[in-house]
Amino acid sequence: SSPSPGDTSVLAGLYGPAEVKGSKELPDRAALEVLLRPKVGLPGVIEHSREQLLRQTCEAVVLGTLHPRTAITLVLQVLSDAGSLLACCLNAACMGLLDAGLPLSSLFCGVTCALDPNGAIVLDPTTRQEQEARAVLTFAIDSAERKVLMATTKGSCSVEEMQQCLAAAQRAADTIFQFYRDSVRRRYSKS
Amino acid sequence: MATGRGAAAEACVGQVVLPGDVLLLPAHPDEDGERLRLGAGVAPRGRLLCGPGLRRCVAGLLVTKCGLLRHRPAGDGAAAGGAYWVDSQQKRYVPVKGDHVIGIVTAKAGDLFKLDVGGSEQASLSYLAFEGATKRNRPNVQVGDLIYGQFLVANKDMEPEMVCIDSSGRSSGMGIIGQDGFLFKVSLGLIRKLLAPKCEIIQELSQLYPFELVLGMNGRIWVKAKTVQQTLIIVNILEACEYMTAEQRKQALAKLSGN
Repeated sequence: SSPSPGDTSVLAGLYGPAEVKGSKELPDRAALEVLLRPKVGLPGVIEHSREQLLRQTCEAVVLGTLHPRTAITLVLQVLSDAGSLLACCLNAACMGLLDAGLPLSSLFCGVTCALDPNGAIVLDPTTRQEQEARAVLTFAIDSAERKVLMATTKGSCSVEEMQQCLAAAQRAADTIFQFYRDSVRRRYSKS
Repeated sequence: MATGRGAAAEACVGQVVLPGDVLLLPAHPDEDGERLRLGAGVAPRGRLLCGPGLRRCVAGLLVTKCGLLRHRPAGDGAAAGGAYWVDSQQKRYVPVKGDHVIGIVTAKAGDLFKLDVGGSEQASLSYLAFEGATKRNRPNVQVGDLIYGQFLVANKDMEPEMVCIDSSGRSSGMGIIGQDGFLFKVSLGLIRKLLAPKCEIIQELSQLYPFELVLGMNGRIWVKAKTVQQTLIIVNILEACEYMTAEQRKQALAKLSGN
C-alpha cells in the first residue's frame, strides 16, 4: 500500500507471521521488525531512529501474543519525499497491517504539525515549510479513543503550543480514519 | 466520534468493519451470575460463538481484522446461540485444528516427517498416521512429496501436528498426492469461495476438460488434467478467478471451449 499526502509516497510490504531466527525469537509474543529504506543511499542513523519509533507504535496495536515465536517484518520503501515523511510512513504501516490481515486492537495514523515563526500551526507541511518552521511535531494517534501512541518533536516549542498541535492533530486524524474506512470498503465491494 | 464507539452487532452484519470497532451484543434478560438455578426448569442458554477476526472484550466484541461481518442465526450444535465472524482476505495461512491442507515434505527425521504448510512453523506427521500403516508396513513417503492431511493439533503454543486418517482410522481421501499435476498458491479467500457448496467456477471448469483437483485451506491448489497444456489452462483460469467478475470468466471459458 502507498498512501501519499501531497507528493510524499511510501510503499509498505508486510511479511508474517513467519519463521524467526533463533536469537530473535520471543517466547510469548511476535517479534516485530521494521526496515525503512530511503529513496537514495544506504539507511543511516535517521532511518534507524524512525524504524524504532515505527516499531514501538506498531507493537502497541498488533496483538503479538496470538502468534508467539514468530517474526513479523514490515519493509517501507520511500518513493518520493516532499515533507511529512514520518507521518506518511505511519499511515503506510497501518494500511500494510490492515491489508495483511494481522490481528490489531485498533488502527493508528500519523499527523505532522509545523509551528512557523509566527506561531501558526500548519498541518502536513511541505519540505520548505518544515525547514522554515520553529518546531516540527509528529504524532501517532490511535483510532479507539484518539489517544497518542507516539510523539516526536524536532525544534523547540512551549507546552501550550504542543497541546494545541495535539488537538489539531486529533481533529485531522478523523479524516485519515475515514479514508481508511473508504478504501477498505472499496476493496471489499469488488469481491 | 471518540465517544460513540459501540455499534449494535446486528446492525453491522454484511458491512465492512475495521479493527478497533466495538460491537455491542443484545443483553440477555436472564443473565445473573449471582443466583444459582436448581431443578429441571433450567433452559440452557445458547452460547454465542465468537469467530475469526473477533475477540471478547468488556463491552461486547472487539473487531481485530478488517473485513465483512457475517452472522449465522441460532441453531443446533456447538454454536447454539448463533455465531459472528469477520470475512477477511489474507494470503498468509495460520494453522487451525481440523483444517485440511496440502503440505510439502521437507525432511524425514526418524519416525516423523516434517511438512511445510505455509505457516510460521513446519508441521510434523507421524509415519503411523496413514491408513493401514504399521511398524512393519511403512508408507512410501519421500522428501518433496505432496501430502493432503488435516491438523490434529494446531495452536499458538505448540508445533502443529498433521494426520492422514480421520477419527475412525479411514483415510477418506487424505494421504500422498500422486505423480504429475501442478501445485500453485492463491489467496485464502479464493479457496473459501471454491469450497462453498455448488461453486460455479468448478462447475463451469468441469464442463471444459475433465481434471482432478485438491484444495488445501492453506491457499494451495493441486490440479491434474490429461495433458500438460490443459493443466496449465486450468491453473491460469483459477489464478485469474480472484480478480475476474462472473461475466469475464464466462467469456474466457467460452473462448477456450470454442478453440
